[in-house]
Amino acid sequence: MVFLISLFMAFRMRKSLVQGEAAMLKWDKILTWIMVFSGVLVLVNSSLNKPFLLLLAGYGLMGWLFYTCWKEPEFSSQKTLLMSLAPLGFIFFVVDFSRTLAPDFFDNYKSYFETAKIIGFAWLIATIIMYNRQMKALKAEKIIREKEAQENRITAARKAQLEILVRERTYELRQQNEKLKEALEELSAAQKQLIHSEKMASLGELTAGIAHEIQNPLNFVNNFAELNEELVDELLDAIVQKDFKEAETLAMAIKDNEQKVAHHGKRADSIVKSMLQHSRGSGNAKENIKLNDLAEECIRLSYHGMRAKEKSFNAKMELILSEDVGMVEGVPGDISRVLLNICTNAFYAVLQRVRKGEKDYQPTIWLETGMENEQVWIKIRDNGGGIPAEVMDKIFQPFFTTKPTGEGTGLGLSMSFEIITKGHGGTINVESQEGEGATFIITLPLSK
Amino acid sequence: MKHILVVDDEADVRDLFEQRFRKEVKSGAISFAFALNADAALDYLSENVKAVSLIFSDINMPGKSGLDLLSKVKKGYFDPPPVMMMITAYGDDENYKKAISLGADDFFTKPIDFLKLKERINNF
Repeated sequence: MVFLISLFMAFRMRKSLVQGEAAMLKWDKILTWIMVFSGVLVLVNSSLNKPFLLLLAGYGLMGWLFYTCWKEPEFSSQKTLLMSLAPLGFIFFVVDFSRTLAPDFFDNYKSYFETAKIIGFAWLIATIIMYNRQMKALKAEKIIREKEAQENRITAARKAQLEILVRERTYELRQQNEKLKEALEELSAAQKQLIHSEKMASLGELTAGIAHEIQNPLNFVNNFAELNEELVDELLDAIVQKDFKEAETLAMAIKDNEQKVAHHGKRADSIVKSMLQHSRGSGNAKENIKLNDLAEECIRLSYHGMRAKEKSFNAKMELILSEDVGMVEGVPGDISRVLLNICTNAFYAVLQRVRKGEKDYQPTIWLETGMENEQVWIKIRDNGGGIPAEVMDKIFQPFFTTKPTGEGTGLGLSMSFEIITKGHGGTINVESQEGEGATFIITLPLSK
Repeated sequence: MKHILVVDDEADVRDLFEQRFRKEVKSGAISFAFALNADAALDYLSENVKAVSLIFSDINMPGKSGLDLLSKVKKGYFDPPPVMMMITAYGDDENYKKAISLGADDFFTKPIDFLKLKERINNF
């Protein structure tokens, strides 16, 4: 039995040697010889009925193997085997020697020795099973570890890839950002330009109307001034002739005419002023505005502006201006821009309907003012084609226009909305029935 | 005695004409009627067309224009159609041509030359 243990021990120890190490060659030789020796003696021993000297050599060899396995670092992996075999080796050592050296003692405790043998074997088998199980578990764990390692490697590779990608994307994004910034700057410059050209375009549209509107008062000024010159001559004649009744009549007429000159002079003056306000940028100071006068001026200007473009165009203007409407605080240029814009739209709407050639259609614009809850309201109504329901919520958006390309900038109403709501704390609303016309209602707070 | 209907949306035109022609009005050579729009003029004409020797109308008026009035005056409303002179804005060729085609008898551009107008009135 002892040789079997040695043979097995040597076999396992040899197998555990790591290939290629210098110590391996030495141990390989020794262990091979031990295996051959042990193998031969297993056979010899069983046939010779266990001679004592052979037993002594066998246990010496086994002890040396155990000792070597314990001591030498090359065999550290076989320590579990040592733990399994050593008890059995020790039991057989005690059994064999006590049988040879003290047969009486052996015979007395024979059953104990047998039990010890069985326990030794059981220990061996149990530890081997446990060892195998452990190995299996270790193997499984090793596989899992390897898998994890592999996954880690893949993850790491992917991470590296991702980092490169992120760096690339960051760079691209930064570049795009730069481009966007440039585009934004260009856009805001373009917007300023557009707002300016909107002002200029509407001014150009109005120029002809303004010219016409100035022409009329100017003619009156000239005519009444000339008349007064003649009347003054007649007055002087009357004084010379001492016809004081005639002189008084003439003086009254002259006075009346002077008032007319002043009135029409002021009329021309206010038109020129409103034109200048229109062409100048906003940001002008707020003033107290006579809203009725301004509104009337605006509707006339836009009417004549429209007529300048469409000579045959004609529309009725109904003015219902409430006497209650007082002063409104605002930037005159801005308020007139809004009113001009809405009036021009109204005239445009009725012109479109005129062009359709409806019978008995009388194009009409109503301008109405009034007071309600400390607020002044202005209604501008037309009987044009109206605003289709589907564009109703878009009309105050910048660049929205229903006019053909080139005819409208689409900024008129959006600018009007800004001016009334943000600039003056008022409201601007629209009501429309398609095919029947539109009504714009502006409210403004009264001057304090 | 000549009776002239002046059609213009500017109210001060009344004073202007009455003063410009004050001697003629005083002497009874000319009398005026005034209308502020085409409809008022047509109303006036429907009753007094026989008395009116001349209509003098602005073209550029809100509501019915002077051209609308002209076409109605010249096309069958009145027999015989009264003499009608038109006032056109300076440089307004389009309306000038239209007024000719509608049968206007004469044209004046703003500002009105009253000496020339007097001469024309005397010749009618």
